[in-house]
Amino acid sequence: MKKPLRATLKRGSMAGVATLGAAALLLTSCGQAPDAGSGTATKSDFVGCIVSDSGGFDDQSFNQSSFEGLKKAETDLGITVKSAESKANSDFETNLNGMVSAGCNLTVTVGFLLGDATKAAAAANADKHFAIIDYSYETPITNVKPIVYDTAQAAYLAGYAAAATSKTGKVGTFGGIKIPTVTIFMDGFYDGVQAYNKAKNKTVQVVGWDKNTQDGSFTGDFEKQDTGKQVTINLLDQGADIIMPVAGPVGKGAGAALKEAKAAGKDVKLIWVDSDGYLTAPEYKDLMLTSVVKQMGEAVEAVVKDDTEGKFNNQAYVGTLENDGVAIAPFHDLDSAVTAETKSELDALKADIVSGKLVVESAASPKK
Amino acid sequence: MTDKNQSNDEQTPALSTEDQSTADLRAADVSLDTAGGMLEPSIVPVSSQSGASGPQQNSLMRRIVMGNGFVSVLAVIVALFLGGLLIASTDAQVAKTAGYLFARPTDFLSALWSAMTESYVALFQGSVFSAREGFKPLLETMTVATPLICAGLGVALAFRAGLFNIGAQGQIIISATLAAYVGFAWHLPFGLHLLVVIIMGVLGGALWGAIVGILKARTGAHEVIVTIMLNYVALFLLDFLLNTAAFRRPGDNSPISPRIDESATYPILIPGSRLHVGFLVAIALTFGVWWLLNRSTIGFEFRAVGANPVAARTAGVKVSRATILVMAMAGALAAFGGVAQVSGTEKVLTGGVAAQIGFDAITVALLGRSKPWGTFFAGLLFGAFRAGAVQMQIQTGTPIDIVLVVQSLIVLFIAAPPLIRSIFRLEPKKKNKTPKAAPKAALVNASGGAK
Repeated sequence: MKKPLRATLKRGSMAGVATLGAAALLLTSCGQAPDAGSGTATKSDFVGCIVSDSGGFDDQSFNQSSFEGLKKAETDLGITVKSAESKANSDFETNLNGMVSAGCNLTVTVGFLLGDATKAAAAANADKHFAIIDYSYETPITNVKPIVYDTAQAAYLAGYAAAATSKTGKVGTFGGIKIPTVTIFMDGFYDGVQAYNKAKNKTVQVVGWDKNTQDGSFTGDFEKQDTGKQVTINLLDQGADIIMPVAGPVGKGAGAALKEAKAAGKDVKLIWVDSDGYLTAPEYKDLMLTSVVKQMGEAVEAVVKDDTEGKFNNQAYVGTLENDGVAIAPFHDLDSAVTAETKSELDALKADIVSGKLVVESAASPKK
Repeated sequence: MTDKNQSNDEQTPALSTEDQSTADLRAADVSLDTAGGMLEPSIVPVSSQSGASGPQQNSLMRRIVMGNGFVSVLAVIVALFLGGLLIASTDAQVAKTAGYLFARPTDFLSALWSAMTESYVALFQGSVFSAREGFKPLLETMTVATPLICAGLGVALAFRAGLFNIGAQGQIIISATLAAYVGFAWHLPFGLHLLVVIIMGVLGGALWGAIVGILKARTGAHEVIVTIMLNYVALFLLDFLLNTAAFRRPGDNSPISPRIDESATYPILIPGSRLHVGFLVAIALTFGVWWLLNRSTIGFEFRAVGANPVAARTAGVKVSRATILVMAMAGALAAFGGVAQVSGTEKVLTGGVAAQIGFDAITVALLGRSKPWGTFFAGLLFGAFRAGAVQMQIQTGTPIDIVLVVQSLIVLFIAAPPLIRSIFRLEPKKKNKTPKAAPKAALVNASGGAK
């Protein structure tokens, strides 16, 4: 037993090393060496850091967008970026302390789970700055800037557009986990549909979410795309023809289900969230009615820029339709599906929301 | 080798011949076919499915438990080396210098060397000692290790009784939920509060474990299935509870509980660190499990059931009682991990309160060869990896996932001692200790258990 194993190992490793080595040499190793003293670009000595929640920086949601914003600040402003992914909630405190001792001027933390840890780190390090995404404190902390979004405003417009475009008179939505940053999309969407019903005397229904009972369909996580597909099929079976998944990457499961339904001859559409899905999920672009966009990267970069210029403050940044922190994406390929009348109504609604004439309310709206 | 079970084995002549392993195979098959429908619990030969540490069995478990401790050390070294290569392969500087390997090979080699060493130096500085902070990182390692040790002991204890306890995760969640609720909802005097928190948490975990034991003993339901399902029940129960007003912070819609009272937390042992009294509890528990297994009648019964439930029953051991009891104790041990999370480090209840501790605990118990002190040190090792990973990530930008890869590689190599032995050209000391058919039988048994 021993000898054959060793022989196999030996033979296998020899062959493997040989192949790998040959391939590596052939493919990559013939380049020119750079000059020894190649200088580096002039850099700012500002250190911007970011700590994720357990979703990690590849969550196709707020961790990723915020990280991309910081990376953009790295190239644009020449700052140094340090990042730490948290694998468990008990990592938050250690990651934050690690960032502080690594000399971070500004540390961005992502999500409400980091609320307590950020508060503690800020209290212990009054000379350091912090920014927290999607969370704000009841009593503001002097060195923490909350970055929050009134997503309901943009989702309201998406709901109105969906109600105006639906052929079946039913539109659907579902979430990943029932947390405020998810339900705020669904509340706005629901209200937008009701607004359309009121204006046009129609009865378009929302399946998958009821704002009054605050209850609806959830997949239970932000990972399992097949669950998203299954939930979407259920919503389609209930008669909905436009679906808005609020579940990060799980939205792709909804896209897959809608693609199949479309192939089967149904006229179905998808509303993406967080980013413009026409660009970030191009495999479903022919289904994409619009997207409810949350400009997280831009906000992070702006906060970093302010801090490098010595203009840091603890005033909450609230992304709204007014400051373009939230928006609905263009209709792209489905532009013809939306009537000119609806488009002008959407513009009027947006103007009303910006002017404050129309207030979109949600239990999950950020505290002002 | 202080362990009775092991010394027994040493004296046993090598009666594991080809016949013995075929008998094992047959037993495994029978158990697979009948386990679901068996009403008489003790006939279900769990050990052959679960791979217990029975002296007469050449199961995977036996090979892990009986393996040479030296192999563990070598496994760690090999895993660290392979992990280092992986770190180097993801390093930008290494990739860049590989582009002109022929023009200036020294660049490539120095980049390779610095990528590997810098990461491990950072890992060491984050987990044991750094010039700037002294031994403070070691305290952090002990803090992170505390719940792993507790839960690992729970898994190990069940292993020794022949039960594959995958349910530590659920047991931690239930205990953390109860402990946290008592911690923030009840306001009791200092001292008493912590005690009540611990008692409630441990009762919850013990109950969650006992359910498994009862189902196994009364209906013959396989503990692997039952524990996995109870993990889901616990997880989604927690998710549900966090969405109820009773568990949420007033005025906040996020699924996160209020902070527990100061009187419900474990006191900090050394100021300036996170090390709390829970670590002392973990040491006491380790000693307690050692005493239970090696010095007490109940522990002897557990091990007898683990070795051979049929023989144990013939010898007068109440197998169903032992099954229920050992699962309740395993649940209680894991529950101490949940309490350590809530009262020691997190101080709040969230959906991620148990992280992956319950699953890491299985690895810790395996790495510790299901012995109490082995589990203790395996827990410390894993705690060191976790604590060091933070520093490694911040200092060198090495992805934290690499640490998980190294952890997994260690376990992989420990589970395959022949691989390590052949890499290092180590001959087994006694030839008759590893009979010819052993690896095959182990393989079949292992896969049988996984079906």
